[in-house]
Amino acid sequence: MSVADEAGATVRMNMIQAINSAMDVMMARDPDVVVMGEDVGYFGGVFRATAGLQAKFGKTRVFDTPITEIGIIGVAIGMGAYGLRPVPEIQFADYIYPALDQLVSEAARLRYRSAADFTAPITVRSPYGGGIFGGQTHSQSPEGIFTHVSGIKTVIPSTPYDAKGLLIAAIEDNDPVLFLEPKRIYNGPFHGHYDRPAKTWAEHPGADVPEGHYRVALGKAATVREGEALTILCYGTMVHVVANTIEELDVDAEIIDLRTLVPLDIEAIEESVKKTGRCLIVHEATRTGGFGAELSALVQERCFYHLEAPIERVTGFDTPYPHSLEWAYFPGPVRIGEALKKLLKD
Amino acid sequence: MDAPRANLPPLSLHVPEPKFRPGDEADFSDVDVPPAGSARRPDTADPASSFHELAWSLVRVLDESGQAVGPWNPRLDPEALRKMLRSMAMVRAFDERMFRAQRQGKTSFYMKSTGEEAVSVAATMALASDDMCFPSYRQQGILITRGYPLVTMMNQIYSNKGDPLQGRQLPIMYSAKDHGFFSISGNLATQYPQAVGWAMASAAKGDTRIAATWCGEGSTAEGDFHSAMTFATVYKAPVILNVVNNQWAISSFSGFAGAEATTFAARAVGYGIAALRIDGNDALAVYAATQWAAERARTNQGPTLIEHFTYRAEGHSTSDDPTAYRSAGEPNAWPLGDPVRRLKEHLIALGEWDEARHAAQDLELAEEVKRAQKEAEKNGILGHGMHQPFETMFEGVFEEMPWHLKEQSEQMIAERKAAGI
Repeated sequence: MSVADEAGATVRMNMIQAINSAMDVMMARDPDVVVMGEDVGYFGGVFRATAGLQAKFGKTRVFDTPITEIGIIGVAIGMGAYGLRPVPEIQFADYIYPALDQLVSEAARLRYRSAADFTAPITVRSPYGGGIFGGQTHSQSPEGIFTHVSGIKTVIPSTPYDAKGLLIAAIEDNDPVLFLEPKRIYNGPFHGHYDRPAKTWAEHPGADVPEGHYRVALGKAATVREGEALTILCYGTMVHVVANTIEELDVDAEIIDLRTLVPLDIEAIEESVKKTGRCLIVHEATRTGGFGAELSALVQERCFYHLEAPIERVTGFDTPYPHSLEWAYFPGPVRIGEALKKLLKD
Repeated sequence: MDAPRANLPPLSLHVPEPKFRPGDEADFSDVDVPPAGSARRPDTADPASSFHELAWSLVRVLDESGQAVGPWNPRLDPEALRKMLRSMAMVRAFDERMFRAQRQGKTSFYMKSTGEEAVSVAATMALASDDMCFPSYRQQGILITRGYPLVTMMNQIYSNKGDPLQGRQLPIMYSAKDHGFFSISGNLATQYPQAVGWAMASAAKGDTRIAATWCGEGSTAEGDFHSAMTFATVYKAPVILNVVNNQWAISSFSGFAGAEATTFAARAVGYGIAALRIDGNDALAVYAATQWAAERARTNQGPTLIEHFTYRAEGHSTSDDPTAYRSAGEPNAWPLGDPVRRLKEHLIALGEWDEARHAAQDLELAEEVKRAQKEAEKNGILGHGMHQPFETMFEGVFEEMPWHLKEQSEQMIAERKAAGI
């Protein structure tokens, strides 16, 4: 069967449906794939990402767990050591911290410390990011905590097509992967304006998703838009906010959707920044010590003599995610526009 | 701060304090040691709720005259008993030699299990050879009982070029999948939920293998322990949860893990998990309890927590001096005695062993360990050049090496060239 045959017919999916389809496809192909987490079983997950999977694959492969993230990840590691390929869900990325030791000291280091005697082929799915009035415990972007850790991959999709292909690649990967799902764009690409009608995925080409099996390779960025004026490095929800903002401001930006933060597609970044000579980094996470700082350092180290302006970062502020003032916190079109002005002034 | 309200008694904070400190005479006469054979042995099919009193009891088989008595007597044949004794004595001989190797500067670190040999050796003998063990750092007896090569253990301790873990792990943090021995972590109790997950996977697949895990009484305070207990009871995981209560967590006595208030076996009661509290210095009690728990696990009766009431006869590791925080008399005053001596006396009482054979075996084991050490040292000792190639530092972080690690590997090689090494 060719790759195209495996991918099957293409249908419209939102990101939830695409993520659900990825797990559905992988569970059908590989009897060792199991899905676990709080409310993921009979109910199908608080965001419905696992809907229908328990009915189809049974309770020993799709099951609800106690509310203990240490246990969810620790148990998944043990199942991985047995030979399964667990896909645990942490209901919100904000809840991942109790599991930090199991992720950082155990999953991420098991291959190394045992010289591959044991591995942790687990894919931890977790909705992350704000813009849904989730307050400080349902809005955080903790990716920078994990990109700092050796031995774990961090993946963040921005379209339904990528979400499915990346999730399949993550499940098939033999290393632990943190798969962060930008929940603001589960149902449609966010333009950045909270006070305008929300869009659905209906008009977006990234919502054409094959029903079958395909992969989007980990470690490869996507050029969302080619341009000459500057390079914008972003991922997740911010890809769409950035795309809409440069269209509104009529800026000929090249947008690089990183898709995987570790391992990073450094070639795509270098090539683009060397071409445009200017670089803006946009993420929703807090600023200090965020992944943008790493990106900024890398661009400076590798593209310094091509730069025509200082690198700019647009990020969330270094505060907890505020509830009522969410849209003053969110790095939306205004903050991006101000940074663009600075970057493009000469 | 506002002044306390005068009409109410002032609160006071209780900070636990061990009974004996350096200079004190150790006296354990208040430790309740019920007679061997006095604890009942429920049927393995009985519900956990029907024998909860065993969580506050003490299962003992070997009595003071070296006889095996009561319903928990596993009735092992003399050959099995001699194998058990030999493995326990081997653990002790190995520990002695490796402790000395650390003191001689041949490695950075070592941890003895003196006084706790029965906990790992007898338990391993009661498990099937392909059951999966998730140990903490003081169960070297598992590997020795399962016949893992002493030379390989020493290669790991020396982090030399024969180390299967490529010099990446602190000494004694072994990993041996082909011997059913999970990679040891230095972080405490992380192996507990992992063991439960392994057992759940085995059950989900209709396998017949079970899991066993060990942690110290101090580590029962970790969240991982309680998460594991919850998962184990919820899914009736086929796992044996061993708590090795050796009274001391480095310098913190068991009171800092809650021992003043209840037993560690009693932790299981709140979870509805079967619990046994046993004499951890009684190899036959350890064997019988493990066999009983394994039978429950294999028949889908779920998990069992076993508290091994024992005593850490030496320091936590080569990095601490126990006389700085506890009475030097404690190890000898411990009322449950020495597990090796007790098993030896049992075999002698059976007429299946004698002091001369025992002394000869000790010599033979010491020689075997010495030979293994010589062999291992051909591969190098820590810090003397015969390590894994430098570039292996970057291998195995991921299955495939990403660009940033390749760059850093090249940088390290360049650094060494620049330094003229």
